[in-house]
Amino acid sequence: MSAASKAGHVERGHVDHGHGHGHGHADAGSHGSFKDYMTGFVLSVILTAIPFILVMGNILGNDRITGIVIMGFAVAQIVVHMIYFLHMNTKSEGGWTILALIFTLTLVIITLAGSLWVMYHLNTNMMPQHMHMG
Amino acid sequence: MFSNPDLQKLLFGRLTLDAVPLHEPILLITFAMVGLGGVAVLGALTYFRLWGPLWRDWFTSVDHKKIGIMYIVLALVMLLRGFADALMMRAQQAMAFGPNEGYLPPHHYDQIFTAHGVIMIFFVAMPLVTGLMNFVVPLQIGARDVAFPFLNNFSFWMTVSGAVTVMASLFVGEFARTGWLAYPPLSGPAMSPGVGVDYYIWALQIAGIGTLLSGINLIATIVKMRAPGMTMMKMPVFTWTALCTNILIVAAFPILTAVLALLSLDRYVGTHFFSNDLGGNPMMYVNLVWIWGHPEVYILILPAFGVFSEIVSTFSSKRLFGYASMVYATVVITILSYLVWLHHFFTMGSGSSVNSFFGITTMIISIPTGAKIFNWLFTMYKGRIRFEVPMLWTVGFMVTFVIGGMTGVLLAVPPADFVLHNSLFLIAHFHNVIIGGVLFGMLAGITYWFPKAFGFKLDDFWGKVSFWFWLTGFWVAFMPLYVLGLMGVTRRVQHFDDPSLQIWFIIAAFGAVLILCGIASFAITLVVSVLRREQLRDTTGDPWGGRTLEWATSSPPPDYNFAFTPVIHDHDAWWDMKKRGYARPMQGFQAIHMPKSTAAGIILGVLSIVFAFAMIWYIWWLAAFSFAAIAVVAIGHTFNYNRDFYIPADEVVRTEGQRTALLAERV
Repeated sequence: MSAASKAGHVERGHVDHGHGHGHGHADAGSHGSFKDYMTGFVLSVILTAIPFILVMGNILGNDRITGIVIMGFAVAQIVVHMIYFLHMNTKSEGGWTILALIFTLTLVIITLAGSLWVMYHLNTNMMPQHMHMG
Repeated sequence: MFSNPDLQKLLFGRLTLDAVPLHEPILLITFAMVGLGGVAVLGALTYFRLWGPLWRDWFTSVDHKKIGIMYIVLALVMLLRGFADALMMRAQQAMAFGPNEGYLPPHHYDQIFTAHGVIMIFFVAMPLVTGLMNFVVPLQIGARDVAFPFLNNFSFWMTVSGAVTVMASLFVGEFARTGWLAYPPLSGPAMSPGVGVDYYIWALQIAGIGTLLSGINLIATIVKMRAPGMTMMKMPVFTWTALCTNILIVAAFPILTAVLALLSLDRYVGTHFFSNDLGGNPMMYVNLVWIWGHPEVYILILPAFGVFSEIVSTFSSKRLFGYASMVYATVVITILSYLVWLHHFFTMGSGSSVNSFFGITTMIISIPTGAKIFNWLFTMYKGRIRFEVPMLWTVGFMVTFVIGGMTGVLLAVPPADFVLHNSLFLIAHFHNVIIGGVLFGMLAGITYWFPKAFGFKLDDFWGKVSFWFWLTGFWVAFMPLYVLGLMGVTRRVQHFDDPSLQIWFIIAAFGAVLILCGIASFAITLVVSVLRREQLRDTTGDPWGGRTLEWATSSPPPDYNFAFTPVIHDHDAWWDMKKRGYARPMQGFQAIHMPKSTAAGIILGVLSIVFAFAMIWYIWWLAAFSFAAIAVVAIGHTFNYNRDFYIPADEVVRTEGQRTALLAERV
């Protein structure tokens, strides 16, 4: 190994701390443009306004359906935030962000679905017959 | 104290002089011992003028190696507390039969088993694991520090603050009497109105912040800071297990934080998340707390598996058998550990479909674990095995852990669990895997990496004495509990009526005394090794014929770990370098950019203790004040731009020159 290539490794800045040193700027383009931010902003305003209108105008006429639709808009809102504000895509950080996202989603789904399943079972098995869930 | 009760309440909340338990003789003796010990330690520190070095070189240090060592020191200190609790329980259960009530009243006994569980899991096992990962991982991947050195120091001090909060409950007020997971409604405001559960909540919340941040830190370190050439599948197995453990930490600990936050809302502002009325459901607490609790088990055991993998291949002088299968087994365990939590409460009333699903997933998890055992055995097969102390721990682990694993699979069968749930069989099972797995692993790891950390090996003879006492002590202490559990004895019982059971408890108490000898021999090992350090000196940096990168640098490593970042071609990178006839670079050294020490971590830690104490005792003005102070210090620290410095090239040349001289001397 030549001295020059060794020196090259020293430059890699493995100790990352303080102001502006060694932050991974390898992913050029992962910082959004003005257009991206505007698209994200407009989309999230629209996705916020529609649920408000649905609730205030009672357009769907059914509380349960309204609730489900609002949940749908909430999920869409999360996706918009992740793409336009957190600049997530399948390539950033060498695929680590999308991997972490998939892992998180899997665990959230396991946690929510599992808890609902378990608690539903407990309610049907353990609650006395005359009691109803509020 | 004050004639005006309102004023006293305003100033001191519910804290009164009665909170100091001066009426309990056992606690008075403890006070006296702690007081004397404390004065002796503080006196010695002052006499030998160690305050300055301690503050400058350790408490404020952001060096991952020093923080790792401090984590392990914290764990060993807390081990003494947790083990004292264990001895007290064993003594109580060995004597409290028939007319003999023993020496611990129920309310005290309940605090002791709660404190034992909380301390052993959160303040012994967790700091051991975090400390070992902190010390070893950056060295194994050829990095100079972790990704966020200050955050590391801060995490450590938050863990210490949690430990201090638990310890404070011994002297002011009381600890929880609820068991280590504080199930409601017992831990709710109606059944536990005192400060015990609040001590529990705040200690875990503060320590939890530290654990979570150190998890994030180590993931970032492993993902972003590996030496060039070290692809994921060339990482040492310990680093792999550390990565999976930290992923588990980051995914699981927020659940614990949320559950405890909901429980605090129930206790502090009268919500009904986990009460029996107004739509609350205590079973939801049990459900959520085990969604954290089961991954927690794997958070502890995975790094131990990593340690054993390193030790087996080093001391068999062979490449680890089935590296890829080891990695996949680790990843599979990581994911499966999220699918088994209900096996902790099969008896809660779920139907057969739920119980069989979770029973089967639990049994499936033993497959990757079994694969690991076979990988270690095949690594040893036809290897040139050296039975040094770390290898003894490893073999002791394999024998012990397999038994614990099998009783675990037994418990995974729901109908069997209906018989064994909450019995001493369960207690024996999880001590079997936690002592036989985690603790043996950590002690093996400490013995293995000790020469790297301090530059001399641990004394062989006393190390072996300690190992044999621990191993036999474990078997003698816990096999009787399996028997008692099968006979139907439940856990957390302070007094028994059936005299035929007593003999088993006496045997178990004797086993605990053997473990005490094991702990004492470990302490003697440390003292003897320090005294004999010149004979035990490791000048090569590679005392065991190691295979991974940490053995490429000197023992102890310089502050910057590696003068040049190594380039990796194969896994077992250092073995590969030795095989290729690697020559240490002698020139071309440059100045090295390093992070600076800071006191912000320890200041935030102290303020957190004050905040926790104020919240526990309802001293609202102090809580507001300390919280504001935490915010000010944390924000203030972000304006500290004086965070880094360069180790001048001259100094690097000098340090490396000394090592060259040392290596030459030996030849």
